[in-house]
Amino acid sequence: MNILVAVSRVPDTTTKILVGSDGKFIDTNNVKFILNPYDEYALEEAIRLKEKNGGKVIAITVGPATAQDILRNALAVGADEAVHIKSEQNFDSFFVASQIAEYASKMKPDIIFMGKQSIDFDSLQVPSILSDILDLPLATIVTKLNYEGNMVKAEREIEGGKEVLSLQMPCIISAQKGLNEPRYPKLPDIMKAKKKPIEEIDAPNYENNIEIIGMELPSRSRLNKIVGDTDEDIKEIVRMLHEDAKIF
Amino acid sequence: MSFQMPDYYNIQDLMSDEEKMIQNSVRSFVEEEVLPIIEKHYEGGTFPFDLIKKMADLGLFGVTIPQKYGGAEASHTIYGLAMQELERGDSGIRSFASVQNSLVMFPIYEYGSEKLKQKWLPKLATGDAIGCFGLTEPDFGSNPSGMVTHAKKIEGGYLLNGAKMWITNGTIADIAVVWAKLDGVVNGFIVEKDMKGFTAPEMKHKHSLRASITSELIFQDVEIPEENKLNIKGLKGPLSCLTKARYGIAWGAIGAASAVYDSALNYAKSRIQFAKPIASFQLIQEKLVWMLNEITKGQLINYHLGRLMDNGKARPQQVSLAKRNNVEIALQSAKLAREIHGANGIINEYNVMRHLANLESVITYEGTHIIHTLILGEDITGISAFM
Repeated sequence: MNILVAVSRVPDTTTKILVGSDGKFIDTNNVKFILNPYDEYALEEAIRLKEKNGGKVIAITVGPATAQDILRNALAVGADEAVHIKSEQNFDSFFVASQIAEYASKMKPDIIFMGKQSIDFDSLQVPSILSDILDLPLATIVTKLNYEGNMVKAEREIEGGKEVLSLQMPCIISAQKGLNEPRYPKLPDIMKAKKKPIEEIDAPNYENNIEIIGMELPSRSRLNKIVGDTDEDIKEIVRMLHEDAKIF
Repeated sequence: MSFQMPDYYNIQDLMSDEEKMIQNSVRSFVEEEVLPIIEKHYEGGTFPFDLIKKMADLGLFGVTIPQKYGGAEASHTIYGLAMQELERGDSGIRSFASVQNSLVMFPIYEYGSEKLKQKWLPKLATGDAIGCFGLTEPDFGSNPSGMVTHAKKIEGGYLLNGAKMWITNGTIADIAVVWAKLDGVVNGFIVEKDMKGFTAPEMKHKHSLRASITSELIFQDVEIPEENKLNIKGLKGPLSCLTKARYGIAWGAIGAASAVYDSALNYAKSRIQFAKPIASFQLIQEKLVWMLNEITKGQLINYHLGRLMDNGKARPQQVSLAKRNNVEIALQSAKLAREIHGANGIINEYNVMRHLANLESVITYEGTHIIHTLILGEDITGISAFM
């Protein structure tokens, strides 16, 4: 079974994010980057599937030269090969999806995994655009998978419940937390990953469909409301958090 | 509040992708497998046995040993980073890994016959065998050359008599690397746990390194086969092992110091007294800055010493300086962090008292602070103060 896993490089969740001097992108100085956490579930699922059925796992990313570290990470966890679509420009979701689609149309994987979203821009668009370009069935935000022959049964989260889908391979799965427990890369495997191949492909120049006009940090102004501790007050706090602050 | 390793001088940027990846991997391991259970074991005075297999699976035993013997074949810098992350969890867990790597697998790899290597290294790497290292004796600590444990040549091997003390992992070990005098010269022997006349009772009632097993090793006419003797003569055998282990401790100490610094910084920012965070008081800021300052220096020492080790250019005295400095500042940091935490600093909701108590052992074992001072004193003056 040939499996393609799309991964992305994102700022570490504990990194303090600042806006760059152009006001259009984050300041990447002193930012620690990591493999997108949702992609870890995708990668783990791909490797488990390969360990069970044999075949090959190829990890792919679209990004600048510095993004190679997450491919090494994917190779250390168990991917067999990696593909780096190199681009130094800032790009939108369509570009990423179209580059992955181009590679996938040549590789013809049986299944494509990716995280449900990248935690940098959180647009959740790549799986859907990829599904459209490749004309392949898609299950997003998947928490459980079962495989029977060339059919995949996917359990996915929906508002207040779950939905079970049946898809025919080849298909695309976007992974949600809970799909599995990703393994740690082991020291000997990290050392061996150095010797695994990374294919480098230069991405074409591209004009974004979406232009970022500005970026700013959330304002930290206080509501300056002081409430008491009666049951009614607590209900009011919950309402404010839910409706005004939209925290949950 | 998730842990942030201080990195004031962006030393991370100097690390290779492999080095960063291994650091991240061991850090996640410590967060998910060590920190949730360590206080319970520390309080109970028990070693978390479940971690042995898990550490082995991660590749933490035999870090610098070739892959053909089950090791990771990684650099000394990587070994150092792994020890730093482990000790961020607990000095006792790091001690376990130090012993297995530097004091057991290293001498077998360096001084053992091919047969000994084949027999023990793969098992030690997978955690199916545990090792310990016997040098210190009840009456000979800083002065190991005075040891009374001795071996006598007999037909087909040696007869071993004597006792060792303060031995990490002794009671649970499958093999002990034991240093004993043969015709007045220090030699190394592999003693297996089932050999007749060998016992290893546990030393209880410690107030430090409580999540680590410390033992005595007692040898009464233990017959050691010829093949279990290591191919090295003199004190340089055990000292070469100690150099490797001390190097790992220099990194580990920065892990412990980072843990208490991070805890103190967060505590100081959230603890309100006199209607403001205590972090706003000058005397608290001074403590935090001292800690950060010393940790940054220690990180730079480790980074450069790691590169020297990787190039085979490090001298044992340079390792002494790193161990001496880093453990001392880690201990002082733990003390300051304990003060910043006020009364909360003594309970196990915070890590500081555990690290503080652990570091009191770390500053004494593997060459006391004073002995390292005298090693350096001798190196710069040419005059030995202890011989």
